[in-house]
Amino acid sequence: MDIYLPIANLSVNALVIILLGGGVGVLSGMFGVGGGFLTTPLLIFYGIPPAVAAASASTQVTGASVSGVFAHMKRGGVDFQMGGVLVVGGIFGTGAGAAIFEILEAVGQIDTVINILYVLMLGSIGGLMAKESLTSVLAVRAGKPVAAAKRRHHPLVANLPMRWRFYRSGLYISPIAPLILGFITGIMTMLLGVGGGFIMVPAMLYLLGMGAQVVVGTSLFQILFVTMASTMMHSLTTKAVDIVLAVFLLIGSVTGAQIGARLAQRMRPEYLRLFLAAIVLLVAIRMALGLGWRPDEIYTLQAL
Amino acid sequence: MIRLFALILLLLPMTASAQNVPKLVPDVSQRQINIQSGFTGAEMLLFGAIIYPRGVVPDGQVDVAVVLRGPTRSVTLREKQKVAGIWINADSTDFRSVPAYYAIASSRPLDQIINSKTAAIYELGLDRLQLSPSGEVNATEQRRFVDGLVDLNRRNGLFRQDAGTVEITDQVLYRARLNIPSSVPVGVYTAETLLIRDGRVIVADDNVEVRIRKTGFEQLVTILAQDYALFYGAMAVLVSLLLGWFAGFVFNRL
Repeated sequence: MDIYLPIANLSVNALVIILLGGGVGVLSGMFGVGGGFLTTPLLIFYGIPPAVAAASASTQVTGASVSGVFAHMKRGGVDFQMGGVLVVGGIFGTGAGAAIFEILEAVGQIDTVINILYVLMLGSIGGLMAKESLTSVLAVRAGKPVAAAKRRHHPLVANLPMRWRFYRSGLYISPIAPLILGFITGIMTMLLGVGGGFIMVPAMLYLLGMGAQVVVGTSLFQILFVTMASTMMHSLTTKAVDIVLAVFLLIGSVTGAQIGARLAQRMRPEYLRLFLAAIVLLVAIRMALGLGWRPDEIYTLQAL
Repeated sequence: MIRLFALILLLLPMTASAQNVPKLVPDVSQRQINIQSGFTGAEMLLFGAIIYPRGVVPDGQVDVAVVLRGPTRSVTLREKQKVAGIWINADSTDFRSVPAYYAIASSRPLDQIINSKTAAIYELGLDRLQLSPSGEVNATEQRRFVDGLVDLNRRNGLFRQDAGTVEITDQVLYRARLNIPSSVPVGVYTAETLLIRDGRVIVADDNVEVRIRKTGFEQLVTILAQDYALFYGAMAVLVSLLLGWFAGFVFNRL
């Protein structure tokens, strides 16, 4: 079933897009991540222009995180105060991301920068996750209890001035730290079409030292609003949001997410995290190789 | 400019002795191509008749070339090179007049039916397009960029050159099919027919226009995205929120 994408200006197989969204959705349901880090590169491999891929993937992440946010809200798993600070940082981040996007596009380096950022980000996060989950898998195998990481915030964060109390997170820290964290993920959302959950969650745990029970919900809350801001920003600046593409991705991903959530209940969390780490590392390696391989197209055209 | 002069020169004797020059009656299968949700490209039939003076079909072979050409635009072409182990855009050049689409079909290979000077005047053939590169002074480098541009567009299906695909019946009727890919840019296209004999263009007609445009929903989405960006963005967010919420709602009931 072929469908014409009015913004990307080309026709694609709708079934492929739905399956792609579905596959990513299963993973996102299993691991509680938005899946943007998989959607954008896969769309680019499929032949969608990078700007359209990143813009539409962030629109899709909005839809993919709605039901998660509601579920966490019901359980009281969202720190609205912390989330609000993160969202404010994130909105400024999407603005900065838009400016960076424009400059990079003008000098013709947007694709390379997107690729390098993916490799660095996925490589480091995937590596950390693999190490952490391997340790816990081995500990479980050996029958030893998994040593819980000590919960405390990073000394850098502790030294920032003007502290606030974040009751739900159980923190007394300066809002500057989550503001900066939100800002950085906002830039990532704009450039890479990722929600940024897989940066956000470890940063919240190990840099801010937030209580684990509100980490995922608050991260989803931030992702929901920042991807909304990013969709608006892309619509206003790059004009690259393809609503048809986003809808087909969503049809697949919202269905896949529900299947994934059910699958996740049957699996051991340590193995689940190891599996996710492997996928993240695979994408990173593929993209790193892509930088070094001779590309299919040496030349690219840009309308003036 | 050169082309205009050539046309005037060609038209001058024609007005003087109109009866001695054949006339072309060209047409296309569609004057308008509508891009809709199922659009996967189109096939355009260019056909017509050659009317000879006093209805006398001349001895010897005549050849026909047809050209379908999209609107011209300015583009930047970037070239990737391996720098420090990775492929990045390292060099670029601007072209001021690149047709968005260019397809030529002829009854025999172009270099067998037309002398290269005439072909250059009429821009017949992918290697004779006048793309107006700017900025680059070095001729070999410019050639490399032009070849890169043509090659890229040819593999994307936006530039094509086919020989032997114009069928001529009894020296009078001709027809050719041209393929248009789904990634074709919108705009007003010109269909040109050239009657060629003894290496020269006898008569040329480029009065047939084809409009390629998005219609219905696709047109609406494009207009909204371009001119009502704020509204379009809000719509995209809303649709995404609703779909996400609806799916969660449905699956919770299951």
